[in-house]
Amino acid sequence: MSDQPAIEQPSSGEGPPSPAARLGALQRAGGIVPPILTALLAFFVGGIVVAASGHNPLTTYKEIFAGTGLNWFLQVGSYEVGLPFSDATVWFPWETNDINSEAAFNLQQTLLLWVPLVMTGLAVAFAFRCGLFNIGGQGQYIVGAGVGVWVGSSWVDMNPGLHIVLAIGLAALAGAFWAGIAGFLKATVGAHEVITTIMLNWIAYWIWIFAFGQGGPLQNKVNESVPVSSDVAEGAKLPVFWGDPLLQGLHIGFIVATVALVAYWLTLTRTTLGYEVRAVGFNPEAARYGGINVARSYILAMAIAGMFAGIGGALDILGWQFRLGVIDIQNSAIGFIGIAVALLGRNTAIGVALSALLFGALLNGTSTRNLDPEVFQPELAGNLTLMIQALVVLFVGADLLILALWARAKRIGRGRHSGAPVAGTPT
Amino acid sequence: MAEEAAPKVLELKGITKEFPGILANDRIDFDLRRGEVHALLGENGAGKSTLMNILYGLYSPDSGEILVKGKPARFHGPGDAIEAGIGMVHQHFMLIPVMSVAENIVLATEPRKAGFLLDEDTAMKRVEDLADTFRFRIDPHAKVENISVGQQQRVEILKALYRGADVLILDEPTAVLTPQEALELFAILRNLTREGMSVIFITHKLNEVLEIADRITVLRRGKRIDSVPKAGATEDHLARLMVGRDVLLRVEKKAPQPGETLLKVENVSVVDDRGLPAVRGVSFEVKAGEIVGIAGVDGNGQTELIDAITGLRSLEEGQVTIGGKDVTNGNARRVLDAGMGHIPEDRHRRGLVLDFTLAENIALHDYREEPDSRFGWLFPKRLIARARRLLKAFDVRGGGPTTKASALSGGNQQKVVVAREVERDPRVLLAAQPTRGLDVGAIEFVHRRLVEERDQGRAIMLVSLELDEILSLSDRILVMFEGEVVGEYSPDVTPEELGAAMTGVGREQVVA
Repeated sequence: MSDQPAIEQPSSGEGPPSPAARLGALQRAGGIVPPILTALLAFFVGGIVVAASGHNPLTTYKEIFAGTGLNWFLQVGSYEVGLPFSDATVWFPWETNDINSEAAFNLQQTLLLWVPLVMTGLAVAFAFRCGLFNIGGQGQYIVGAGVGVWVGSSWVDMNPGLHIVLAIGLAALAGAFWAGIAGFLKATVGAHEVITTIMLNWIAYWIWIFAFGQGGPLQNKVNESVPVSSDVAEGAKLPVFWGDPLLQGLHIGFIVATVALVAYWLTLTRTTLGYEVRAVGFNPEAARYGGINVARSYILAMAIAGMFAGIGGALDILGWQFRLGVIDIQNSAIGFIGIAVALLGRNTAIGVALSALLFGALLNGTSTRNLDPEVFQPELAGNLTLMIQALVVLFVGADLLILALWARAKRIGRGRHSGAPVAGTPT
Repeated sequence: MAEEAAPKVLELKGITKEFPGILANDRIDFDLRRGEVHALLGENGAGKSTLMNILYGLYSPDSGEILVKGKPARFHGPGDAIEAGIGMVHQHFMLIPVMSVAENIVLATEPRKAGFLLDEDTAMKRVEDLADTFRFRIDPHAKVENISVGQQQRVEILKALYRGADVLILDEPTAVLTPQEALELFAILRNLTREGMSVIFITHKLNEVLEIADRITVLRRGKRIDSVPKAGATEDHLARLMVGRDVLLRVEKKAPQPGETLLKVENVSVVDDRGLPAVRGVSFEVKAGEIVGIAGVDGNGQTELIDAITGLRSLEEGQVTIGGKDVTNGNARRVLDAGMGHIPEDRHRRGLVLDFTLAENIALHDYREEPDSRFGWLFPKRLIARARRLLKAFDVRGGGPTTKASALSGGNQQKVVVAREVERDPRVLLAAQPTRGLDVGAIEFVHRRLVEERDQGRAIMLVSLELDEILSLSDRILVMFEGEVVGEYSPDVTPEELGAAMTGVGREQVVA
């Protein structure tokens, strides 16, 4: 009790607020500042470790930043684009096909990672808004990826547009179904979603390892010694709108993810479904009293969450991976990073967009390809990513602490301000 | 009990505390004499709790001074206050449920043996001695989780005494107690003051003040309005000081004009969360234009009965009919659609989504219907427009349609709930503890509104633990005891008769 932070509780007519209410108030009070502090603190501590390993943190970070491609924005305005059907060129801050620009290439790579991070981040965030902790983003993502490669590599002669829509649609349904199982179990028998989604992650993992593994039913028929799927048909590949399609340019999944962000926001704030989801997330008992079917909300919220992740998986497959191997399934962790994306982004659309950009840039900037071995050994670079990621997650948990300290600092400041004259005149 | 000559153990002079946007305490003077109960009376938000938190060292005042036994004191935390002999019992107890009464009391200053082991016998002995001194009846061996709320409160008081407090601050101590437990608490407080302890009693209940206090200080909007001795004080006078205007404590109403039966409960039996029978074969009717009050001590099946009627709990047997429509074992949606308005017992747990805005809370039942939404598409502007109209009509203060419900005081939160339920034009209105935790002004408002709704031809079922409320509002009174309706009374029954029935003494008495 002695440590009570100075939250503004002028009319405590109903007794002292509960700790949860106090923390909630703190969290709301902070706005955008705490997540930014969280990220900065993570980089600061990461920098200390870099320094301890005998490298210069500033040059390392500078190098990482260059590798993210975000420096491309610093060059905005230096491009000229030809107008269609004419010889004229105009200045335009958008460079379409200049593959010689390293910054543009790096940015394309970062944004390619942004797409699945947004989708898995939304998967965690949407469930969160319904009071559910969806740890199953990874499982839902690889379910979507598996279905995407399966559909995308079948019916080779299908109409291209239709093929893409079908592959993404079925992947979305598969992801929705997969997460919906957890929602259904929560709604009917009360099985905790954290446990069930983790179990479903492993089930999806082993199903695909079996299916795409050697002798598996979905393994490619061309080279039976390689445990990998068939290639996605040309017509099912997502069109690239920025960069060179042969060098993993940015595909239209970027637009899909942007639309998903808008849809997420609209669903939550402008639909009765979103109203129900938020009511259940805040207070299931009040929701039930209000006439909301809480069980239905749990199932729907999980299904929609799984849909986001499932689409994310399909976009990666149809956008740049084009095949799914056992080793990809084993190494993939995009769905888990999605948890960090949602946490840092505070489950808001704009927050998810920004934190996905941060994590995407970090993953790309520290990749061995982008980091100069002179500055930082490549074999350490991946660990640096993991470390900064872990620090962010850790500090997201701790940022309530940061807020409490901040509130306390403000109180001390104010105390000093008004404390000097005893006859401080209140107004 | 306090002679005029009794020395001042505590004095607050010109205490001022400002929070952003609100002056919570404005140059408040307060003093406490040895051996007296000094009540601090005021509406919610009047600044009572802020003042006491300053005294207990939780807040530091912007200006003003605290004198303990004539000497200036500065408290930087509760530790300093405890050191100075001030103990505080909060509304929400801070006890460890799995530990015994004695262990809880000696916690942090426990007697030890061999340096680190708890000396249980000494602890028990000391607690027993302490309880004897002040004539507490309590078993020091009992686990805290197994004793009643009233007894837990006694443990809190003993804890403060054990740490050497001679000034006790009790923050709305009766809010969690049954009427019987409250009487026991008052007896304890009298014993304490006889032994020279001094008590600050924070409350907004007028009858309690007149029952227990020697002096009464009234706060209103952060200012001290007056301090009066108990002798000569009346409820009307205190209410006027508190609210700043004349308050009707007694509800004025015309004779009821009962019409058709709108709510019919037949032979309903319900089990509680543990699967034990909570309601056993209850039958009654509520007609249009009458208020039927359900009286009873807390925990005699009222909550389960309410849940069963409103579709939030399934029935073991029996039938519930609203306006001729069978809603037995229906969900909340079906019950609402049949024409039920429900002011729930607990507005925080059930009545409001505290993180929602007021506009969103007001739409809680109707968000799926036009004009709030169409084809699943919500129209926030319409929600806000409706909320603005309702907030004005029900005089909700402290926020607009986009304010979060959690930001409002209890009274205004309850007004929001009442506004929402009445706005739906229900045929049956079930009001459960509609004035719990409200201050005089808000209680008056809710009571007047319930009578108005009755006069408009709604059937009103009122469930309350407050006998006064039941007696002043009801046209017929049913008493519940151990899950059964044990009697029906007309509103001119005496409180004693009703009290006897509530504790199971009453015999079956039916008034036609």
